Amino acid sequence: MQKLGDFKLPQFFNYTPYFTLQPVRDTREKQLQLWKELILDYCKTQKIYTIGLEENFPLFSNPVIERSLNNEARETFLSALVSEGRAEWLDKGHKKCLILWHRIQDWAEIILQFVKDYGLEDGVMTIEDIRLGIESRGTELHGVDRTILNRALKILESKGKAAIFKGTSTDDEGVKFSV
Amino acid sequence: MAGNTEDQTFFPTAAVTGSGRPVLLPNEVECQLLSAVDLEFEERSPPGIADLSPALKSGLLILTTHRLLWLPANSLNSSATAIPLSSVVHIFSPKKSIKSMFHSPRIRIQVSMHSRSMVVTLVVRGKGDLDGFLGKLFESWRGKAWEADTCVTGSVSGSSMGSGSSSGRGGIYSSDGTVKMAGLTGILRKEQENWESTDKSLQDAFRDLNALMSKAKEMVMLADKMRQKLLSSSNAQSSEGNDDETGSREEIQDMLLSVGIISPVTKESAGALYHQQLARQLADFVRIPLERAGGMISLIDIYCLFNRARGTELISPEDLQRACSLWEKFDVPVMLRKFDSGVMVIQSKAHSDEEVFARIRTLVTRPDALRTGISASDAAIALGIAPAMAKEHLLSAEIKGLLCRDISPDGFRFYANIFSEFDANSLYLVKDHSIYSAWVQAVSLRAI
Repeated sequence: MQKLGDFKLPQFFNYTPYFTLQPVRDTREKQLQLWKELILDYCKTQKIYTIGLEENFPLFSNPVIERSLNNEARETFLSALVSEGRAEWLDKGHKKCLILWHRIQDWAEIILQFVKDYGLEDGVMTIEDIRLGIESRGTELHGVDRTILNRALKILESKGKAAIFKGTSTDDEGVKFSV
Repeated sequence: MAGNTEDQTFFPTAAVTGSGRPVLLPNEVECQLLSAVDLEFEERSPPGIADLSPALKSGLLILTTHRLLWLPANSLNSSATAIPLSSVVHIFSPKKSIKSMFHSPRIRIQVSMHSRSMVVTLVVRGKGDLDGFLGKLFESWRGKAWEADTCVTGSVSGSSMGSGSSSGRGGIYSSDGTVKMAGLTGILRKEQENWESTDKSLQDAFRDLNALMSKAKEMVMLADKMRQKLLSSSNAQSSEGNDDETGSREEIQDMLLSVGIISPVTKESAGALYHQQLARQLADFVRIPLERAGGMISLIDIYCLFNRARGTELISPEDLQRACSLWEKFDVPVMLRKFDSGVMVIQSKAHSDEEVFARIRTLVTRPDALRTGISASDAAIALGIAPAMAKEHLLSAEIKGLLCRDISPDGFRFYANIFSEFDANSLYLVKDHSIYSAWVQAVSLRAI
């Protein structure tokens, strides 16, 4: 079985038509579905949060069969993820895409769970601590993308479960939980 | 009503092809067509009552070298009425009178058959070149083409055509008064005459184009004769196995075979009915090439084949297309089909895409095709059709979901569509006995 790093690739990754955007609707629907699942799967196991369209994203080319997705196909597949709320464009030119293998509200839930597990219900943490601190090590929150974390915290704030306060720099932005 | 049925049995009926064209006798050539013609019958003997029996209304009248054919307007599945010119006794000159100016023009002819005489009136309600028609009618009538037939068939096969006119010309004197040949000298003389007349037809034919046109029928007959000769001699000599000679002979045979349509529909003969009649003739013609091509043939191929068969009086591409698009209005077994790409083909109505798709399916699920896919030219070779047509078939199979495409610097290839066998919820699942598993196997062979 072919592998990409430690990621096991499905058999159909060597099916050449998989790398050509199919024009027939039903076939394309199926192709889109398969690409969406594969991209989410891959990003989740490899902890990849953003995909640059013009960068060499390893999944988008297959040297074994000498095929790679063209730009139209890349944008089509990522747009399909965006329309399902599983990704977001980070710029207007659609060059960079934020991949949400957990939706933002799911990330918010994960933060809440983390807060409960570590007894931080009334505590204060810097945002950087959540991402890179000792407490989050071994959880899904470790190394999470800054944008995703901010968006999830905003959701919690709107629900009254957290208050974000600004520090002198982005590094000391803090959050007070009140679960 | 009794008079009507009698009239129709009085005249022989003529067979009509599936697309509503009359079936012509051997060597019979169409001369002119008139639309919206009524036939009225008026019995002369017994002279008691001039019974104007119910007429045949508003049909298509076709003048050939042998007969006058009348086809009902909706001529499909019904037969035509035929008046053999050989039994026409008299053609009345049209009377010029004040009264005739208000009438539809009519032509009256006296026909004698089965020792009965009858006057038939052709009432021309439609527009048409009536004087021209009358001229052609006289020409054909006096041409006595049917007599030439009985001579030819008489000398070739020794049997008469069964036409009554030949029975009166027996004996040792022929119709022009010369002594008929008998015995060995006679056969030799006959052979000599045949050669001379063949030579003369060749010379006449090439004198000018008009002469060529009038000789067209004879040229076709000559070609047919030569073909027969070649056929019999090749059978006799096949044991000798002279490859080169048989090769060239086959070539000539092919050439001669493609000299085909004895009576082409022309603008001159059909006038306003041109496209309609052309459509019917075309429908008859495409049957055999269609069968050979597997039920579908491109318009360009038919254009070449059809014009080649016509030999003279070539048709333009526009005429062909118009004729084909008229098929919708007739109940013919073929249709014009336009693919999304704009490619136009003729296909028989019995032809089904399913059959082609089934063949494509077996083609793309072979192990090597599973691995490398197929190109339009691969499909063309396997299906025995032109690449452009093969591509159309592949594209429609793709739309059907049977195939999918792979575009790469190596080219445009089609693969068996196995997307439906991939499971988005379980990306690594390969079901046993699926095309997917066959594909995995085929691909793994490459890796070794």
